[in-house]
Amino acid sequence: MAEVIHEAVHRHEPPKSFIRKYIFSLDHKVIGIQYIMLALTAVLVGMVMSILMRMNLSWPGTNWPILGTLFPTGAPGGVISPEFYLSLVTMHGTIMVFFVLTTAPQGGFGNYFLPIQIGADDMAFPFLNMMSFWVTLVGFLVILAAIFVEGSVGVGGGALGEALGGGGTGTVGPIGGWTGYAPLSALGKIAGPGQGAGMNLWIVSIAIFCVGSLLGALNFITTLLNMRTRGMSLMRMPLTCWAWFTTAVLALLSFPVLLGGGILLLLDRVGGTSFFIPAGLYVNGVLNGDPRFPLHSGGSPLLWQHLFWFFGHPEVYIAILPGMGATSHILATFARKPVFGYRAMVFAIFAIGALGFFVWGHHMFISGMSPYSAIAFSILTLSIGVPSAIKTFNWLGTLWGGRIRFTTAMLFAIGFVSLFVAGGITGLVLGQTSLDLPMHDTYFVTAHFHLVMGVASIFGMFAAIYFWFPKMFGRFMNEGVGKFHFWVTFVGVYCIFVPMHIMGIVGMPRRYAQFTEYQFLGGLHSLVQFVSIAAIITVSVQFLFFINLFWSMFKGKKAGPNPWDATTLEWNTSSPPPHDNFEGIVPTVYRGPYEFAVPGAPKDFMMQTEPVDARETTEDGHNGHKH
Amino acid sequence: MATTVTSTDGIIEKGIGAGPGSRPGNGFHRNGGGKGDSDPTRFYSDRYRLGMWVALASVVMLFTALTSAYIVRAASSNDWRPIAMPGILWLSTAVIVISSFILESARRALKQHHDRIYGRWLVITAGLGITFLGSQLMAWRQLVRQGVYLSTNPHSSFFYLLTAAHGVHLLGGILALGYLLLRTRSPRESVAAESRRIGTVDAVSIYWHFMDGLWVYLFLLLFFWK
Repeated sequence: MAEVIHEAVHRHEPPKSFIRKYIFSLDHKVIGIQYIMLALTAVLVGMVMSILMRMNLSWPGTNWPILGTLFPTGAPGGVISPEFYLSLVTMHGTIMVFFVLTTAPQGGFGNYFLPIQIGADDMAFPFLNMMSFWVTLVGFLVILAAIFVEGSVGVGGGALGEALGGGGTGTVGPIGGWTGYAPLSALGKIAGPGQGAGMNLWIVSIAIFCVGSLLGALNFITTLLNMRTRGMSLMRMPLTCWAWFTTAVLALLSFPVLLGGGILLLLDRVGGTSFFIPAGLYVNGVLNGDPRFPLHSGGSPLLWQHLFWFFGHPEVYIAILPGMGATSHILATFARKPVFGYRAMVFAIFAIGALGFFVWGHHMFISGMSPYSAIAFSILTLSIGVPSAIKTFNWLGTLWGGRIRFTTAMLFAIGFVSLFVAGGITGLVLGQTSLDLPMHDTYFVTAHFHLVMGVASIFGMFAAIYFWFPKMFGRFMNEGVGKFHFWVTFVGVYCIFVPMHIMGIVGMPRRYAQFTEYQFLGGLHSLVQFVSIAAIITVSVQFLFFINLFWSMFKGKKAGPNPWDATTLEWNTSSPPPHDNFEGIVPTVYRGPYEFAVPGAPKDFMMQTEPVDARETTEDGHNGHKH
Repeated sequence: MATTVTSTDGIIEKGIGAGPGSRPGNGFHRNGGGKGDSDPTRFYSDRYRLGMWVALASVVMLFTALTSAYIVRAASSNDWRPIAMPGILWLSTAVIVISSFILESARRALKQHHDRIYGRWLVITAGLGITFLGSQLMAWRQLVRQGVYLSTNPHSSFFYLLTAAHGVHLLGGILALGYLLLRTRSPRESVAAESRRIGTVDAVSIYWHFMDGLWVYLFLLLFFWK
C-alpha cells in the first residue's frame, strides 16, 4: 500500500475569497510565488541600476537627456554625478543581496517546495509564514522609500526629501555600500551626501528584513524537523531540503546579529550614542565637537565591521546553498542517475554552513587586524574549499556516464557548476591575506563575488524556475526561448566578469565613479566598454526570460504531474498541487530521493512512494547503509 | 550504478530512520513525531515547543551580538564611566524570578485540570510581568533624574538599549500570557485540541522562563561584570 488515508483534519480549509486566496494567503505555495514575484520586481530595479553604473563607467560625462528628466539632481543636465553613482552602488548591492538572493531561493522556492518534498500539507506555522512575506515586503517598500527620501527622483521628490531631512544634493538614495561601513554611516548628514534620512530608512529596512527572515527560518526548521511524512527519514530527504534547512539555520543565527548591529548603528545616528564613532573625527571640514557635529568619543568602527560580517559571510551561503541543492536535484534528474555521494553532499552542505560562521574576518584583512587572527581566518577560509570541492566533484560524478537530457533547467544547473568553480577558485586567491591586501579594493573582488555568489545563485534560481515551473503553473516554459536565454546569459556573464579580474589585477579600484583621471588605467578603457556592452546584451536577454515566464503561465504547453520523470514527492501530485498538496492523502516514502537506474527495477526512475520490489538488487555490498 | 542507490533494507533492519517496516514516525524523535505517527497528540505539542526553542536560538544570537559589542566597547575605550545601579532593579529581579515560579504553578494546575486555579496563576504571572516593566521604567526615570541619558556615556547607552530590548521581548511574553488567558475559557474538547493547548502553554512558559533568565544575565552583565 503506497498511501494511507489522511486521518487528521486539515488545519486550514481552502480559502474562498480572492483576498484570502491570493493576497493574505496562508498557503505556502501562494506565499512562495509572492516571494518570487517580489524578487522579480527587486531584480528588475537592481538590473536597471547596474546598467546605469556601466553607462557611467564606459561613457563618463555623456549627456543622457532622459536621465536628466528622471533624476534632476542625481544626473543634472543628464550627466550622472559621482554621488548618484555611489548611491547606485549602494542600492544595487542592498536590493540584490537582500531582496533577490535571499528572498527567491529560500522564501520563494523553499517555501513552495520544502513542505511538498517532505510530504507535509503546509508549513508548521502558516500564519508566521504569511507574516514573514508581508514583513519582507514592507522592508522592500522602506528601501524604495529611502531612495525617494534621500534623493530627488522626479518632480517634488527633492522637496519631500528635504522636508523629511534627506541629504539632498545629487543622490538618488543613501550612500554607504551594502556594507554601510561606520563611522561615515553612523554620523548623519554631517558626513555628506546620502547620509540623511535615507540612510536611517536603509537601516530600518534591513532591520525589518531581518525580522521577516527570522520568521521564515523558524518555520523552515520546525517544518522540516516536525512534519516529515511517514517513512521520510532525514537521509531520504532530497538535497534541496537539506540545503534549505541549512540555509534556515544560517539565517536564524546570523540575521539577529545584523539586527543588533543595525540597532546600534541607528542609535549612533539618531540617539547620540557612540558605539561606532571614535573620538577626534574630522569630517567634511568639521571637527568632532564643533557645534554642528555633536561630540562623540570612544566608539569602534571595527566593531560594526565585525558585527556586519559575522552576518555577512553566512549571508553569502544563504544565497548560494539553495542553488546548490537545486543543482544537485536537477543534475540527478536529467542525468538519469542518483546523486553521486548523497551522504557526502549532506555533510558538505553542513560543513560549508558551519565553517561559514568562522571566516568573517577574511572580509576585514585590510582593516589592520592582527596578522595572527588573519592567519586563522585565512586557514579556515581556505578549508571551505574542501567541502566545496566535494560538492563539485560529486556533481561531476553525477553527470559522469549519465544519459543526459539537455533541458533548459539542466543547462542552467550545469552553468551553476561552471560559475561556482570559476568564481570559487578566486576565493582561494582572496582567502590568503598577502594576496587579498593588494586585491581587496579592486575589481578582482567585484568579479569574484559576482560570479560565485551573484550569478551562480541566479543560475541556481533559473535552473529551479525552468525545472519547477510545470509543477507550479501546470505548463512548461518555452524550451527554445529558454535555451537561447541560457546561452546568451552564460556567455554574457563570463564576458562581463572575466575581464573584471584582469582590471583588478591591473589595479583598477572598485566603487569609483569614473577613471578618466587615472592614466595607468587608460589602456583598460576599451575593456571597460566591452564589459558594459556585454552587460547591456545580457540584461536585454533577461527581458526575454520575463516574457517567456509570464507568457508560459497562461499559454505554455500543458504539463502532467511528472513531466520530467522525476522521483521526489512534489512530482507525486497534480500540477499545480491542490491546496493541501496531496488531496487528503498522506504519502508514504519507501526509498531514497534519487533512485534512477536502479538495477532490476521496472523503470529507469523509481518514485519515493513506490514500495521496494524484491527483484531490485542493491546487494553488492557497497551500499551506504551496509557496514 | 547500484553502489549509490540508497536502499531500504538496511534501514529497516537496523532501525535507522523510519522505514515503514520499522516503526511509524519520521525518525527524528525516538518514537517518531511526524504526521505518520499514530498518536496525534505528540504532533502539536512537539511543534510548538520545537518552534519556541528555535525562536529562542535567534534571541540568544541577538543578545550575544549585543553582549560582544558591550564587551568590546567597554574594553577598547577610556570614556567608560559605569553608572550607579538604580536600586529598584533589585525589585525587578525579584519580581521576574517569582513570576517564573508562579507560571510553573499555573502549568501544574492546568495539568491537574484545575482550570480556575490555572487562570488565577496566569493573571498573577502577567501582573508580575507588568510590575517588572513598571519597575524598569522607574529605573529609567531614576537615571533621568540623575541626568543620565542614552547618550551620556557608553554604559548608560547599553543600559537603556539592553533594558529596552529585553522589555520589548517581555512585552511579547505578556501578550502571549493574555492569549492563554483568553483561551482558559475554551472547553476541553478533543485530545488533539488539548495537546495543542498544552503545547502552547509549554511554549509560552519556555519563553517566559527564558526572559526571566535573560534578565538575570543582563543584570549581572550590566552591574556585576568585570
